[in-house]
This record gives sequence, C-alpha cells and structure tokens, in this order.
Amino acid sequence: MTERADSPDLLYSDVEEDLRASVRDLLTDRAEPSALIARTESAEPYDLKLWHTLAAELGTAGLMVPEDLGGHGGSVRETALVAEELGRSVAPVPFLGSTVLATSALLAAGPAASEVLGRLASGAVIGALAVPLTTAPGADFPSAVTVGADGALSGRVGAVADASVAEVFVVPAVGPDGPGLYTVDASAAAVTELVSLDLTRRISDVVFEGAPAARVADADTAPAALQRALTVGAGVLASEQVGITDWCLTETVAYVKERYQFGRPVGSFQALKHRLATLYLELVSARAAARYAADTLANGHEDSDVAVAVAAARCSPIALHAAEEALQLHAGIGMTWEHPIHLYLKRAKSDDVALGTAGRHRARLGGLVDLPA
Amino acid sequence: MSAPTADDLRARVRALLAENDPKTVARLDFLRARFDAGLAWVHFPAGLGGLDAPRSLQSVVDAELAEAGAPDNSPRQIVIGLGMAAPTILRFGTPEHHRRYLRPLWTGEEVWCQLFSEPGAGSDLAALGTKAVRDGNGGTPANGGVAGGGDWVVTGQKVWTSGAHLARFAILVTRTDPDVPKHQGMTYFVCDMSAPGVEVRPLRQITGEAEFNEVFLSEVRIPDSQRLGAVGEGWKVAQTTLMNERVAIGGTPMPREGGLLGPVAEAWREHPERRTPELHDRLLKLWVEAETLGLASSRLRQQLTAGQPGPEGSVMKLAFAELNQALSGLEVELHAEQGLVYDDWTMRRPVHIDFAARGPGYRYLRAKGNSIEGGTSEVLRNIVAERVLGLPSEPRVDKDVAWKDLPK
Repeated sequence: MTERADSPDLLYSDVEEDLRASVRDLLTDRAEPSALIARTESAEPYDLKLWHTLAAELGTAGLMVPEDLGGHGGSVRETALVAEELGRSVAPVPFLGSTVLATSALLAAGPAASEVLGRLASGAVIGALAVPLTTAPGADFPSAVTVGADGALSGRVGAVADASVAEVFVVPAVGPDGPGLYTVDASAAAVTELVSLDLTRRISDVVFEGAPAARVADADTAPAALQRALTVGAGVLASEQVGITDWCLTETVAYVKERYQFGRPVGSFQALKHRLATLYLELVSARAAARYAADTLANGHEDSDVAVAVAAARCSPIALHAAEEALQLHAGIGMTWEHPIHLYLKRAKSDDVALGTAGRHRARLGGLVDLPA
Repeated sequence: MSAPTADDLRARVRALLAENDPKTVARLDFLRARFDAGLAWVHFPAGLGGLDAPRSLQSVVDAELAEAGAPDNSPRQIVIGLGMAAPTILRFGTPEHHRRYLRPLWTGEEVWCQLFSEPGAGSDLAALGTKAVRDGNGGTPANGGVAGGGDWVVTGQKVWTSGAHLARFAILVTRTDPDVPKHQGMTYFVCDMSAPGVEVRPLRQITGEAEFNEVFLSEVRIPDSQRLGAVGEGWKVAQTTLMNERVAIGGTPMPREGGLLGPVAEAWREHPERRTPELHDRLLKLWVEAETLGLASSRLRQQLTAGQPGPEGSVMKLAFAELNQALSGLEVELHAEQGLVYDDWTMRRPVHIDFAARGPGYRYLRAKGNSIEGGTSEVLRNIVAERVLGLPSEPRVDKDVAWKDLPK
C-alpha cells in the first residue's frame, strides 16, 4: 500500500485567496448567467474578450509556467483554484483546453516546446490538446494521428475540447520513430465544431491531412508528457467540479429559503433539508480530495497518481449529484432554459465523462494501491 | 503575561521529567506531577492542570512526553470525563468544584459518566423527565451541602450510560420545573454514583456485550452545592457538554487504510478466490470514500491550527458512521462462509470499544450504533441544515407548551 504525502497543504493560502477574489470579481461582472445563456446560441459561443482579460491581464494562463518561459511561476494549486472559480461560473473560456491540457503537455515536453509554451502562457495564443476529451490518465498512447515520411500529420481526432477557438494544436502522433508530440497551426487543420452537450465548453472534430508540424517531444518523452497532461487535467477538473458543486448548493439553499409552498418555506421541510445537508457533506469531501490532488501535483509528489484518481472518482459524481439535486429542488424553474441550472447540469454531465469516468478512475486506483480485480 | 510558546512548554516538560523520572516514579504520582506542572491540558487555567496556552500546543507536550516514555492517563478509557465533564465543570463549576474534581478526573483516579439520555428522551434530550425536587429540611454543611441551599431529591431512569459501572461521579441533567416549556425548568448536577438510591444495571446490546448501562435513580439526595449553573438553566449547561462531545468525535486523525478499511483491504488481498467485479467496484468506492474523509479530517485540523475553524466538523461524524457501516457490511461478505460465523456472544463489559480485537460480525453489528450514538445522523443532518446552511426549522409544536402537558 502507498502512503499519503507528509503534511500536504489542504488549505488556500492568502495569495490564492487574493487570486480567487480577482477572478471572482471579474466573472461576477462579465459572466452574468443570462448573458451566458444568450451567448450559447450566438455566433460567438466563447467569450474571447473575457478570456483575454482572464488569461493575459490577470495572468491566469501562465500560472503553471516558470517565469523564464514567460509564465508566472506558480503551480497546479493556483491553476486548480482558478478552475474552481470557473466551475462556479461556467464561463465559456478555453481554460481547460489551453491553460491546463495543452500547457501541461508542453511543460512536460521539454525545451523544444518553449516558444509555443511562452505564447500560451502570456495568453496571446489559445492552444488545445488533440485528444478526445474522454481520454483518461493511464490510457494507451493514441494512434489516431500518424506522421508521414515528410514529417506532416494525418488523421482524425474526435471530441477535442476548446478546439474551435484554438490557434495551435498539441498533437500526440505516431511515426516511424514511434510516438511523439507535435505542434500544428490551427490553420493547417480542418476543425468542425460539434453540437456539444456542454454549451459552455465546446468540442470539435479535428482532421489533419498532411498538416505541417513541429516535433516537441520524441519517443522518449512524449508518452510521459501526454500522461502528465491527462493527470494534471483530471486533477484540475476535480477543482472545477468543486466549483460546480459549490454554486449548485449555494443557489439551491437560497432558493428553498424563499420559495413558499404549503404555507412555509420549502427549505423548512426535513425531506429537503436532509438532501441539502448531504450535499454539504459531499462538498466538504470533494474540496479536501481536490486540494490534495492539486497539492501533490504542484509538488511532484509520488502520491499524485493516487490523489488524482481519488479526486476524480469522488468529485465527478458529487458535482453531477449537486447539479441534479439543484434541478429537482428548483422543480419547474429548474427545467427552464432561462434559469442557468441547465448550464451547470450540462457541464457536470460532460465533466463526468471527461478525462475518465469515475469507474475508470476507480479501476486505475485498484492497480495503484494493490487492490487488483 | 503572554501565552506560553511551544518552546516554553518543551522547557517545562524537561523540568517535569528531570524531577520525575518515568522509569522510577509510580504512574499515578507521575500523572499528578504532570497535572500540577500545568501540562495536563495546557489550554486550561494555571493551577487547574493547564497554563492558559493555545489548545493546539497540547500535541507538542504529548509528543515530548511520549518520546520520553512517560505514562499517559488512558484517555480512551476516561473519555467522558475528559471530553465532556471537565469543560462543563470548568465553565459552570465553582472554585471548590474545580479544586475537588479536575485533578482526579484527569489522572483517571475518578471515572466519570454522563446521565443524560432517558428511555423517553434520546435525540429530543430536552424532553427528559428525571425529577429533582428541593427538600427544605436538608442542606447543611454537615452533609456536604451549602447552608440554606437544601438537598435535592432525584428520581428517574437514565439509559445508554457508558462506564456507569466504573464511574465515581456523573454529570446529570434533571427536570426541576415541569410547569414551564421543556427547554426551561432543567437543572444540572454532579451526582455521586456511590450515593444511596443509585442503581446501575448492565444493558446488553445486539453484539452480546454490555458497554452501556441503565441507571435507576430512586430518591437520590444531592446537596445543592453539587449544582452546576443556576436552577432552571440546565439546558444551557448541557449545550456546553454536547458541543464538546461533537468536537471530541470530529477530529480523529485517520491514516490511509486506517479504521475499518484496514481489515477489508487485508481480506481482499489475502483471498483472490473471493473477488468479483461487483465487490471490486464497491471496495474501491469505499476506499475512495475513506481516503477522502481522511483528507477532510486533515483539512479540518489544518483549519483549526491556522485559526480558521469552519463548520465542516459537524458533518464528519455522520460521514464516518455511514462509511463504517458500509465497510463492515462488505467485510462480512468478503469472508464468505466464515462470514456466517460470529466470534463470541458471551456477555462482556468492555472498558472501551475495540473494533480491531473482534471479528467481522462484531464490527458489522457495533457499527450500526455509529449513526445513533452522540446524535443520530438524522438529527445531525437537521443541525447542518439549520446551523450551517441556515435553512428554517420545521414548525415546533412543543415550544411554548409546559413540559408536563407534552404528549409522552
């Protein structure tokens, strides 16, 4: 059996709380629910102005990137905290695809990735990792994209998160020299945005047909770099799910206090109170699991694979439960397009299958902690 | 004077050890010396076993003394005195109570129990009916009372009293005025368990053993000097006790695969032939749950240490109760044929609950109590909903009714 990290820091530091306040202020002003709902059916489902402020002006795009590579020298902890706030607001910005998945892959790829990494870290350029968003940590290296003799890429990748606004793709591909990570300009790819279940995080099919590419990681480093991106992605996604849970619980508690039926606030009925108390307990659990995952990822602790599997296995079902309960306890209101609950339910259900389902993370955990099937 | 620092406490521990070598000094003498040095519970006042130090520094003292091989005061066995009686006595007792009770309580020379629950008043503790009536003729200094105070005569029945058969004293809540609503008209006492009229009977449980007792009180005389808090203010005093009970339950450190998960994981590893896909996923769900609760406990402790106590503690007991029940149920299944066997139905009187020393069947049955003792999960959910989430309470039909007029 493995051991937990010694004295991990499961709290939020003062610096992190300051960052949270800035991000939350921005999102409160600029990602107001009715505007989000209207945007989902507009020609610009992503809010790239908001993204520019968040990524470049507040510097959130470069939190994980060292200063000498153009970032802010923070860690996965701060990135996870931003994800928590973004989960709370379901803001339509390409944070997961660019700042988390593409950036983590490039960070682990090595020096050849520095130039692209710097552009992503500054917020000047949006990236996406060309794997299906359902890909779980521990998955085999994908072979959907192949490298031709001329070094150009060909192949098709489905359900790529944030691809429709990406300017550069980080692509795992297999060539004569084995697996590698490549960067490709989006102009060299055919991107078809799909009708996504999640209205605020879009997915696309991406097709490469002899696309010019630059190799940033070779057979020695590419598999580990992709694995690191998927692990960081799943760990940070747990924090996003904490944010979703927090919003759903807070909104629902406020609603049941003011909604009167049968002559009293519905929140005074024990049948509802117990369900909300259960959600509160789940939020407490999810937060602890997500913070541990972020802390071990930030410190490169050997327990991070276990920590991420635990956080992913616990936080996905909790966020989904919170969104489903929020809908049920808002009753008819919860079924309407004009109330933002559906945005959270769609995000929670998509997150439930993103970067590995809870069941898949449990199965992986069984191998990590010597509890084999 | 500023509060002692960790270094001050380490210096005091060294001084204590220099004067009282644990290898040669008798256990009880060592514990008394530790109390007198203010190193018993460092957050208590000076002179009462403490030094007015921050509570978080207790672990510094405990660690230093454990390393030196010093004896401890068996905290698991005297938990009710330490966790519930002592803070209540400190807050509501007189200087005379402090002097008389706290030292032998801490050293374990005098064991305490808690006479709260009744057959008709468990979760609804304020419904209790054990009667205490003032006797105008008693109460002289000669029988232990304060002149003019008068004795109280107590009659009633208490239940679920752990340790009553070992206890020298009890904290006791009684009904002194049946004509006012139930949260008023209660009065809190220290009860001498050796007084005439106190009868303790073992209460055998589903596990076969008798951890708990019924306590019958038949015209037990308690001097007014043994009262804690004002007449009729017993509910307020009891709240202090109950809040300390929940603090005591919430904050146990839990390492990975600690608690009831340990034997389940062990059974899984040792018996590959019993594995099925369904059991595997259930086991891993519980592994994840246990790990998460362990982390949530750690997070709670970090918040307390950082001086940012949150309300999270109120739900931890609830979560651990459900986890223990699910784990112990799975363990019985994992033992296949052997799961049909019980280790021993002999009636025993354990000093404390020892899950590890017993078999899976015992763990399964005893864990059922985890969601009942110390507040049922249902009552705790109400508390979380109302006090943490701020949801309105259900309409109360008993709030303004005199206790004697309530349906029983």
